[in-house]
Amino acid sequence: MSVTVSIPTPLRSFTGGHDAVELAGSTVGEVLDGLLSAHSGLKRHLVQDDGRLRNFVNLYLNDTDIRQLESVRTPVTEGDVLTIVPSIAGGSPAVDTELPKLAHAEILRYSRHLLLPEVGLEGQRKLKAARVLTIGAGGLGSPFALYLAAAGVGTLGIVDFDAVDLTNLQRQIIHGTSTLGTSKLESARARLADLNPNVNVEPHETRLTSENALDIIREYDIVVDGTDNFPTRYLVNDACVLLGKPNVYGSIFRFEGQASVFYAKEGPCYRCLYSEPPPPGLVPSCAEGGVLGVLPGIIGCIQALETIKWIIGAGDSLVGRLVLFDALKLRFRELKLRKDPNCPICGTNPTIHELIDYVAFCGIGAEPDYSGVEISVEEFKKEREIKGSGLVLVDVREPHEWDIAHIDGARLIPLGQLPDRLSELDGHAELVMQCHKGSRSMKALEILRGAGFGKVRNLAGGIDAWAERIEPGMARY
Amino acid sequence: MTIRLSESLAGEIRRHGEAAYPAECCGVLAGRIGAGDSKEVVRLEPAVNRRTDDPHRYLIAPEDLRRLEVRLGADGLDIVGYYHSHPDHPAAPSAFDADHAWPWYSYIIVRIDGGRGADLASWVLDDDQPRMHPEPLEVLSEV
Repeated sequence: MSVTVSIPTPLRSFTGGHDAVELAGSTVGEVLDGLLSAHSGLKRHLVQDDGRLRNFVNLYLNDTDIRQLESVRTPVTEGDVLTIVPSIAGGSPAVDTELPKLAHAEILRYSRHLLLPEVGLEGQRKLKAARVLTIGAGGLGSPFALYLAAAGVGTLGIVDFDAVDLTNLQRQIIHGTSTLGTSKLESARARLADLNPNVNVEPHETRLTSENALDIIREYDIVVDGTDNFPTRYLVNDACVLLGKPNVYGSIFRFEGQASVFYAKEGPCYRCLYSEPPPPGLVPSCAEGGVLGVLPGIIGCIQALETIKWIIGAGDSLVGRLVLFDALKLRFRELKLRKDPNCPICGTNPTIHELIDYVAFCGIGAEPDYSGVEISVEEFKKEREIKGSGLVLVDVREPHEWDIAHIDGARLIPLGQLPDRLSELDGHAELVMQCHKGSRSMKALEILRGAGFGKVRNLAGGIDAWAERIEPGMARY
Repeated sequence: MTIRLSESLAGEIRRHGEAAYPAECCGVLAGRIGAGDSKEVVRLEPAVNRRTDDPHRYLIAPEDLRRLEVRLGADGLDIVGYYHSHPDHPAAPSAFDADHAWPWYSYIIVRIDGGRGADLASWVLDDDQPRMHPEPLEVLSEV
């Protein structure tokens, strides 16, 4: 194929004064290689050391920027015209002088970064100048806060209000056995200070709400979302869209995770992807459904990576792309995300102009009133002593949970099998439904009531409350 | 090579820089190649600064340049260079300027001091390294 390459005025001295060169090749990349080997003086001006186009060099195939096609892999046909078009960029040195300087000890600490041309001294100083807000110091927050601090992010804000619990340590590696029971913020701050004392940690010991989110997020350049619930995720998204901040998103469940970067100025936001939250209770939380401990490590590290790339301006960001990870299959997949023109917050005619009530938006709190249907573990123990087998305890957990611990005399019917096994239950008996912490058994109660069972109650707090208050020798999980 | 422009065009560059202060202005030098390979600036084409995230940076988009080249071609003119302002900084290229410069083009930088246009200088990329050297700039007084 013969293709005409149109040479702009500033580069004609390298092509013997010619304003166009005829070259053969089947892709843009081949034509470009041909051009560079015929006129090697062009190399320095068009490509980087690694052979990729310099970022202010644009190639147009006929009238289309090849970045909108298949880049250098775009096929060419006879008679095509490839035009080199400059972007003209520059600026005063103010930015260079405004970036904080690195002390000798910092240069040594970050030497492996400084060796990378994509980071270099300027990138490392950008990291030092950066202000990153991390939401949550839990499963996702642990790895990304650790890696961002290690990478030398200058200011790390952390929002959390929880305390370190023994069940956290299977995955929340920023905390440790020695900080059990203390606030996650204090535990995280101490660990980060040890990892990198140059990092200024700004603790926000509060739940993120519609009242405080804008004020907190406004003070940062970029937000990394490690929340585990839908109301906060929508809140973080909306606040970031309203303030024009990038939101590095990640979420995990059992063996699967996903990550993206939502930046409404350039791409879709979380609402473009999920316009409505799932019905409450449909998607169990990690506390209910479990999660493999390594999984948040992988997703949280992707979030840290995207944050660092964003700050130093290297590579291709996840804006407009959703990465899906399946740990059991060990497979990454990628979905292209499009901005939804009808998105209520970042679309062409937005209807949301301020933060709303996200708990109500996600339908939480609108559940029926269950007062009176719950029985405490103490009452249950007392009643069972009186009624004996007249009071049936139904455990709706999974068999592998049953193996960890169960209450003597309970019957195991996993929640998923319950609708098919209703005939095993005596409709006239008094039933008490029980699970791990009381939320799955509440769904079981609804199923039974819907099927006409009259005397059903729910064991408040589940086997966890039983183990805590009635049978202290029992294993908890 | 030498670049020549009239005093009124130099004044226009200063005024553009003053108007954009404290941000940077940018634009295109449209002209012809004159005797002895000198560049003669005929008129200015103020450009839209596509960098809105950082007041110390400017970017002229390739699409804008493509359209402009067609328009200038109809008048028999070429792009001979670009101008931009350095608010409260010397009229000398930053490392960022040199890293992004194209060969042959003239890059005129105007210093804006506290909102007032000051000195003007023209720079060209070195042949063999990403550094810029000053280029003779003749400001012609008009009769």
